[in-house]
Amino acid sequence: MAQQLLKKKLALSSNYAVAYAVKALDVDVIAAYPITPQTHVVEKLSEFAANGEINAEMIHVESEHSALSAVIGASAAGARVFTATASQGLALMHEVLHIASGMRLPIVMSIATRALSAPISIWNDYSDVMNARDTGWVIYFTSSAQETHDTVIQAYRVAENPNVHLPVMVAYDGYIMSHTVEPVEVVEKEDALRYAPKKVTWPRLDPDNPVTMGTITSPDWYYEFKYQQVMAMREALKAAEEADRVFGEMFGRNYGVAEGFMLEDAEVALITMGAFANTAKVAAVEARKQGVKAGVLRLRLYRPFPKEKIVEMLSNVSAVGVVDKAISFGAPVEGPVFNEVAGAFYSSDHRPVLASFIAGIGQRTVLVDDFVSMFKKLQEYAKTGRGPGESIYVGVRA
Amino acid sequence: MSDLPKWYELPPGGIILEPGSSLRNKTGSWRVIKPIIDQDKCVRCRLCFLYCPDAAILEVDEEYTTKAGRKYTVTYKVNYDYCKGCGICANECPVKAIEMVPEVA
Repeated sequence: MAQQLLKKKLALSSNYAVAYAVKALDVDVIAAYPITPQTHVVEKLSEFAANGEINAEMIHVESEHSALSAVIGASAAGARVFTATASQGLALMHEVLHIASGMRLPIVMSIATRALSAPISIWNDYSDVMNARDTGWVIYFTSSAQETHDTVIQAYRVAENPNVHLPVMVAYDGYIMSHTVEPVEVVEKEDALRYAPKKVTWPRLDPDNPVTMGTITSPDWYYEFKYQQVMAMREALKAAEEADRVFGEMFGRNYGVAEGFMLEDAEVALITMGAFANTAKVAAVEARKQGVKAGVLRLRLYRPFPKEKIVEMLSNVSAVGVVDKAISFGAPVEGPVFNEVAGAFYSSDHRPVLASFIAGIGQRTVLVDDFVSMFKKLQEYAKTGRGPGESIYVGVRA
Repeated sequence: MSDLPKWYELPPGGIILEPGSSLRNKTGSWRVIKPIIDQDKCVRCRLCFLYCPDAAILEVDEEYTTKAGRKYTVTYKVNYDYCKGCGICANECPVKAIEMVPEVA
């Protein structure tokens, strides 16, 4: 089947790869506000709309708070919707993020991840998305333009799955990916709609069957609706695995909720997300030349967190390092993903030595050699059986 | 509370499928003081009806003759199912015909 499809490759940045995915999905309503480094996504979509290449209503709003509010309204009316943002824009959206998930609307949003002010940084890290991790959104981190394109398409299948009905964020590294051009095999509209058919599977506003949305609930009711979200998020893991498997069957490419690299015989491993994984893989090969049995686990689905999968993939590894591109100030260990990995292992029988690395804050460059050093540190920890106990700040002038 | 629907029995996202169901939420139960209208003092100016934020003052087609012998064709009454006891009516009444009385003495 995959062979029958016409292979059409374009040179696209991850930003444009998102726009082409949204085009293929025949989205009805797009509302967004420009913010670096996301702007190209909606700029390209505006171009498609102006040229009549997409039949979408473009709503130019006055803020990100309004952008998400506008697509909530459109989604509630039964439209397939899209928005995109980054950094301060995602922060300004914050209260509306909870409303989108609480109302169980299948909204898809792309994030070209960027650091948060102050001081102002337009460059990359994951501070913006880490702030949004408890908002009830399904969250992916992608590591190539192709994967970003494919994941936006998968996101609609997950979001609109009747067992899920949750909004989905597709995050990728600002600049490092958003502005880097790569070859992308673009999914055609016909195929995208066969994979993610346009069908209103969620309750919608309909004058013939009136309902009330966005209601107030007293203490007798609120808790049950939050528990519904807990259960929907658990279902989202199965839905994401299904969406990825079917995508692979149809298009010949899939990624898993987590990707392993040279883990089979690895003694030490780094857990990374997004573009870091590509550097870490090169470093793992290099570390092996230097006598360290290194491997990489790339976490692609961050929410819901695939804890069983991760523990299983690392079941033979003696030391695990988690590379975080955000800081959780004042946390027991300051790497946000580290804390979750530690939590996952604490409830399992396998207890590797754990280490937290903070790197790439405000897009500070992290080189292959830096990752090789991390692997070497992990080897030391594995030998002594003791981790560093606190986060290691890679590359900070200290 | 155990007789209320379970989480899986509720429509997702707090959607209310039945229009007008808010009528069943008797907000008058929140009240700690209640307005009592003195029908003999009331001059039927309608200000309480206009000011009430909960539309809990009812304008009823009911004749009333005051002790002084004045005849009115309407009577103002309080809908205690939804009156929250805010006291705005009593505050606005130009002839002080509304008294706020504690629910519990």
